[in-house]
Amino acid sequence: MFSLRNFLFSVAATTVLCAVSGLSARAEGTNSDLVKRGEYLTRMSDCQVCHTAKDGQPFAGGRPFNVKPFGTIYSPNLTPDKETGIGGWTDDQFVKAVREGVSPGWKHLYPAMVYPDYARMTPEDVKAIRAYLATLAPVHKEKPANTGVFGFGPARVTMVFWNLLNGPASSWPDDPKHSANWNRGRFIVEGPGHCQECHSPRTLTMAPSTSNAWAGNVADGWLAYNISSDKQDGLGNWSAEDLTSYLSTGHAPGHGTASGPMAEVISHSLRFLTKEDMAAAIEYIRSLPPRASAAIKAPSSTDQSSVMRGEAMFDGACAGCHLRDGEGRNTPFADLTGDHTARAPDGRNLLLLLKQGSNLETENGSVFMPHFGHGYDDQNVVDMANFVLDHVGKTKAGLTQADLKKFMEEAGE
Amino acid sequence: MNAFAGKPNAARRAVLIGGGALVFSAALPLRRGRARDLGGVPETGVLVENPANAFSPNAFVRVTPSAAGEAGEIVMVMPNVEMGQGIYTQSVVLIAEELDVDPVNILLEAAPPSDVYMTAALGTEATGGSTSTMSQWDPLRQAGAAAREMLKQAAATRWGCSVDLLKTENGKVLNTKTGQSLFYGEVASEAALLTPPKDVPLRPSSEWKLIGHARHRLDSRIKVEGRCEFGIDVIKPGMKVGTVSACPVMGGRVKSMDRAAALAVPGVCDVLKIDNAVCVVADNYYAAHKGLKALFVQWDEGENAHVDTALIYQQLHDGLNDPKPLVAEKHGDAPKALAGAAKTYEAIYQQPLLAHSPMEPINCALHIRKDGADVWVSTQVPLRARDAVAEIAGLPKESVTLSSQYIGGGFGRRLEHEYVAQAAMFAKQVPYPLKIVWSREEDIQLDRYRPAYVDRVRAGLDEKGDMTSIVFDLVGPAVCARWAPAGMTKEGFDPDLAVAIAPPETPYYYKNFQENYIRRETPGVVTAWWRGVGGTRGLFVIESFMDELALLKNVDPLEWRRRLISHEHPRARGVLDLVAEKSGWGKPLPPGHGRGVCLQFVFGSYMATVATVNLEDPLNIKVVSVDSAVDCGEIVNPDQVIAQIEGGVIFGLGTALFDEITLKNGRVQESNFSTWRIIRMNEAPPVRVHLVQSHEKPGGIGECGTAAIAPAIANAIAAATGRRLRTLPLMKALHSSEGEN
Amino acid sequence: MIDLRINDQIHSVDVTPDTPLLWVLRDILGMVGTKFGCGIAECGACTVHLDGKAVRACVLPIGAVSGRSVTTIEGVGADPVGKAVQEAWIERDVVQCGYCQPGQIMAATALLKETPHPTDMQIDEALSGNICRCGTYGRIRDAVHAAAERQS
Ligand code: FES
Ligand code: FES
Repeated sequence: MFSLRNFLFSVAATTVLCAVSGLSARAEGTNSDLVKRGEYLTRMSDCQVCHTAKDGQPFAGGRPFNVKPFGTIYSPNLTPDKETGIGGWTDDQFVKAVREGVSPGWKHLYPAMVYPDYARMTPEDVKAIRAYLATLAPVHKEKPANTGVFGFGPARVTMVFWNLLNGPASSWPDDPKHSANWNRGRFIVEGPGHCQECHSPRTLTMAPSTSNAWAGNVADGWLAYNISSDKQDGLGNWSAEDLTSYLSTGHAPGHGTASGPMAEVISHSLRFLTKEDMAAAIEYIRSLPPRASAAIKAPSSTDQSSVMRGEAMFDGACAGCHLRDGEGRNTPFADLTGDHTARAPDGRNLLLLLKQGSNLETENGSVFMPHFGHGYDDQNVVDMANFVLDHVGKTKAGLTQADLKKFMEEAGE
Repeated sequence: MNAFAGKPNAARRAVLIGGGALVFSAALPLRRGRARDLGGVPETGVLVENPANAFSPNAFVRVTPSAAGEAGEIVMVMPNVEMGQGIYTQSVVLIAEELDVDPVNILLEAAPPSDVYMTAALGTEATGGSTSTMSQWDPLRQAGAAAREMLKQAAATRWGCSVDLLKTENGKVLNTKTGQSLFYGEVASEAALLTPPKDVPLRPSSEWKLIGHARHRLDSRIKVEGRCEFGIDVIKPGMKVGTVSACPVMGGRVKSMDRAAALAVPGVCDVLKIDNAVCVVADNYYAAHKGLKALFVQWDEGENAHVDTALIYQQLHDGLNDPKPLVAEKHGDAPKALAGAAKTYEAIYQQPLLAHSPMEPINCALHIRKDGADVWVSTQVPLRARDAVAEIAGLPKESVTLSSQYIGGGFGRRLEHEYVAQAAMFAKQVPYPLKIVWSREEDIQLDRYRPAYVDRVRAGLDEKGDMTSIVFDLVGPAVCARWAPAGMTKEGFDPDLAVAIAPPETPYYYKNFQENYIRRETPGVVTAWWRGVGGTRGLFVIESFMDELALLKNVDPLEWRRRLISHEHPRARGVLDLVAEKSGWGKPLPPGHGRGVCLQFVFGSYMATVATVNLEDPLNIKVVSVDSAVDCGEIVNPDQVIAQIEGGVIFGLGTALFDEITLKNGRVQESNFSTWRIIRMNEAPPVRVHLVQSHEKPGGIGECGTAAIAPAIANAIAAATGRRLRTLPLMKALHSSEGEN
Repeated sequence: MIDLRINDQIHSVDVTPDTPLLWVLRDILGMVGTKFGCGIAECGACTVHLDGKAVRACVLPIGAVSGRSVTTIEGVGADPVGKAVQEAWIERDVVQCGYCQPGQIMAATALLKETPHPTDMQIDEALSGNICRCGTYGRIRDAVHAAAERQS
C-alpha cells in the first residue's frame, strides 16, 4: 500500500528474535507524567498510522510498504507483546532503534523508519514514547515476512552507507536568528512531525531533497502538495487561521478537506497538538521559502462525453453529500469548492480518493468518503472524476482509464 | 432515556387449533398496534393482534362481536407477507369481494406460523416464486363466501326468516323484505356456533365489484407517514440492539477478539460469540457498530480462503466439457438432429452471482426465555423461522410466537432464515429482548447469492436457416436441492432451471429439444433464490439466442419469434403484437439507437417487452424506454400489476447493467452501495405497461419484469451497435472486450 | 446532555456527540420512521430536514445538530408542502415495500420548498441520491409533479 513516503522504515521481525531479556515497562508503576508526555510525542510522531495494518489493531504493525521495485516491507508490532512486539526490548535498545535506526542485534533498519527525523528528539523524549507504548495492551501478532530485497540480509548492510550519506543528525541547535516559537515549530515539523518525508521531493539516494524542499512529492501514490510559501503552488495564500483549521480539524473553509494519507495524519497526529505547538508549527511552515512545484501534466482537452456520463453518476452517488455544485450538504467537510484535489487536472488524488475512499477522525466522530469500485467500474470512476474536474474544479477534464491504472499502481494496488 | 422502555408488550399468543377450515382463535386481547381512528374509518394497513372472542369462520376472517347498532371489527389474516408486492391489498380484495365489506374498513393481521397458511406450490408457509395471487385466488374468495353465508344464516335465525330473503352489503346483513339490517358484529357470536359451509359457489366475474378494478393500496398511508412497522423498527421494553460480524470467508470461525476494547466503547453492554460470528450489543446501533469495530475480530478462515471469482467461472466453463451431463428435459432427438444439421450455431452465456440487497438490511428481534420465546421478524418463511428458533432455544414449537413484520424488500432474500437462526444463537445467551441489525456491508457480504451460471446453446439449422433442433447445456448450482430437496427430480435436476427454456414454460415450439444439466455447486458461498432465479437466468439465455438466430438469418427479431410460437400459446402472440404496436417497433430510430425484444411465458404469465437504448456514446448504455405487454390472466388489481412490472423491470435493469458479486481470497468484495450499484432515478427509463384483458387463471407477476429486461437490453445493444454481449453485467462487458465470445 | 429540536419539540439526549442523528432518532427517541439503509450517505433512506434542507441523518453527528431544527417523516405532514407530497404519494400509489419512501418524501419536500414547480430534470437531480430497490422511480417523479400541482 504505502510506498516511497516511507522508504524510511523499520523492520523488526528479525530484530525481535535477537532480543533477549527485556524490561516490561507495563509491569512496574509507570510515571503518569512521563506516559502522558510519551503519548503526546507518540501522536506528534504519528507512530500509529504506519504501525497499524488496514482494519488492524492500533500499533500492532503489519502495514505493507511497497517500495517499487525492491519489494514490500511490513511495519513491526509496537505493542508490548514479548514475542512479537517490543515487550522484550530495553529502553536503550528502543532509543537506539528510533534515533539511529539500529535495532537490537545490530541490525540496520531500512530507512522507511524515519529515524533521521526522530533523532531530533532527545533520548528522554524517546524514552517517554517507550513508556507510553508500554501501557498499551500487548497484541500477539507476527509481522508478515518482507518480500523482494527486503526479505534478505544484504540490503541491510548497504544501509550503513546510506546512513553515512543521509543519516541521523541528532544535534540540532536552535537558530538564534529566529524566535523560540519558530524553533519549536521547526522541531515539530522536521523532527517528530517528519513532514518533509512526504512533502519534499527525493534526492537520488531517496533522502528528502534539501534544495527543493517542501515543493511537494508523490507519496503512496498520492500527491503530497507543495507546502512552501509559494503563492501559486504552495500555501502562500493560506492564512494562519486557514492552516490552523485545516491541520487541527482536517478542513479549512475555501480550501477543502484533507483526504487520503493526510487525513490519516490529521486523524492520528496533528489534531492532538496543543494550541501552542500548532501555532509554532504553522509559524515555521509559513516561513518556508517559496518553491515552484514540478508542473502537473494537464490533459490537453476535456472529454465531454465522459463528463456527461460522470454527471449522471455524481447526481446519484455523490450529490447526496456534496450537492451538485460541490458546496457540501451535511457538513462543511463535504465542501469540494476550493479543494485542491477537485481542480488538480492530473486527477491523481481525485482518482485515488474515489478508489480508496478516505477517513478523517474528528471530535464528532469519523468523516468519511466511501470507496467506489466494482459496480462503478474503472471507466465509471474516471467519468465521475472528470465531472468533478470540469464542474467543480473548472479545469480541463480528460482523465482516462490509463491514468487511473497508473496511479493505482503507484499506490501499490 | 431509552425509548425502548415505553411501549406496551404486545406479545402475541395467537394459537391456531386444528387445520382445515374452522379455526378458533385463543388470543390474548393484546394488540400489536391499534388502528388510528380517522374520523370513524379505521386506518388501513396497520397490523393488529388477533382479537379475542372473534367469530372465526376460517383461518382468514375474524369478526369481533359488537353491541347492537355497532359495527364490529373485521380482521383479515394475511396468508402471505407484504414485501412491496401489494399482496395485503390483493388478499383483502379477494376476501372482501365475497364478504361484501369495504376494504378500507378491514384490519389486517399477519398470519402466524402455521401449516394452515402453507403455500402449496412452495411446500411451506412461504411467500415467493410469484405464487401469492395464484395460490390465494380460490381459497381467499372461498373464505369470504363461507363467512358471508354463516353471517346470513345467523341473521336469518335471529329474524326467523328464510336466508334467501337476505343479502349482504357493506358489512351488514340486509333483509330485502323488511329493510332491517344488522352489522356483521351483531351476529358474530351466533354465527360462530354454526358449521362452516363447504364449497359455496363463488360469484361470477360479471358481478365483481372489487376484483379487476384499480384500487389504492391499503398500506400506503402508514408507509408515507413513517408509521409502518418493519422488522427493523420493532421496539420492545428492555430491548437492546446488537450488530453482527460473521466470518467473511464461508466456513471460517472466530479466532480471537479484543473483548475489552469493545466493552470500553460507551453504550456497549455485551459481546456475544458463536462459532463463526460475533455480536456486539449496546443501547443503540451506533454504539454497537463502534464496539464491533473496536473488537478487531481475527478469523480462522478455513478452506474457502482460496476461492476467487476466476475459479468460480473456471469451474462453470469447465463443466461444459463434462462428458456425462444429466439429460434434464428432452423432446424429439435433438443431439441427432444437431449432428445432421446443415449448419449449427453456438453461443455461450455467463451470468454472475448476485446479491439481493433489499433496502431494509437484515434484522431480527427476539426474546428467548426459559419458558418460551417471541420473535418479531421480516421473513418470507414464518414457519421455518419459528421452528429454527424453537430448535436452537430448545423449546417446544408452540411456545415460540412469531410476528411477521412488514418487509422492506424481499426479492427472495427472506426465503432464507439463516439470519433468524443466527440471531437466536445470540439471543439465547442474554436475558433481554435483543434486536439484531446487520450493517449494509454485512447484508451484502454475508448474503446468500443468486448463483452464477454458464449456459451453452447449440442450434441445428436447415439450409434455409430455420431451426430444427436446440440443445441447452447448463452448468451451475441447484438451489432447490438445499432449499426444498423434495422438489428435485429423481435424476437430480432442479426444475426451476428449466423455467423459460423448456416446454411448457416457453412460448416456443421446438422440433427437437434437449436440456442438459451439469451441476456445479459454487465454492465459498451459499446460493439461493432471488427475484426469479430460473426464469431470470433462462430468459437471458433463450431470448439472447433467439435474437442471434434471427439476425443470423436476417429476419426481424420480432417476426422470428412470431414464427416460432407454439400453437399452444396463442396468448404469446397477443402480447407480442401488442408490444410491437405500442413500442412503435420497426419505426425508424435516431442513429446510435436500437430496439430489443424479449418474449416470455414464465410464472404462468405471458409478457413481451421492447427496450429502446441509446448508444450514441459508445461507452454508455442509456435505456430510453421500456414497453411491456402483459397477459397474466385474471387480474385482482390492474394498477398493482403495472407497479410490479415497472418495479421488476427497474430492479432487473440495474442488475443487468452493473452488478456482479465477486470474491477474492474467499471474501466478497462488494460491500455497500458504492461498490454494489443500484440503479437510480436519473438512470431509470420510463416503463410503459400494457395490460391484456383476460379471464384465464391468474399468473404470477412479481418476477416477470426482472426476467425480461436483461435480454431486451442486450438485444437492443446488438441492434444499436452490432455488438453481442453475452456476459452480464452489460456495462462491464461494454467497457471491456470480454463478454463477446 | 444534548438538546435537540425535532418536529418542533425539544428533546434532551445523553449520547456521545459523534452518534449520528439517525440512531438518536431510531434507538434513543424511538422515532423509527427515518430508515437505515447504508450508513454511508449513499441511499437516502435516512433523509431528514435540518433547518429545512434535506440531509443524511446517518452521517450527521448529533454534536453538529444541537441548536438547529430537525424535521422527520413523522413531522413533515404538519407542513403544507410535506402534506401535499404525502397525499400525492398515496394518490399515485407510489409505495411498494415502502422502506425507502420516508427518505424519498423528505427529499421531495425539500425540493418543492425550494423549487415549487420542478422539471423532470430537476427532480432527477434532487432525488437520484435516494435509492429505491423496488424501482418506484417513475411514480415518484409523477407524484412530485402531482404534489406541485396540489400546491398551486
Ligand atoms: S442510511 Fe443514510 S444515506 Fe443510506
Ligand atoms: S418502495 Fe421498496 S425500496 Fe422503495
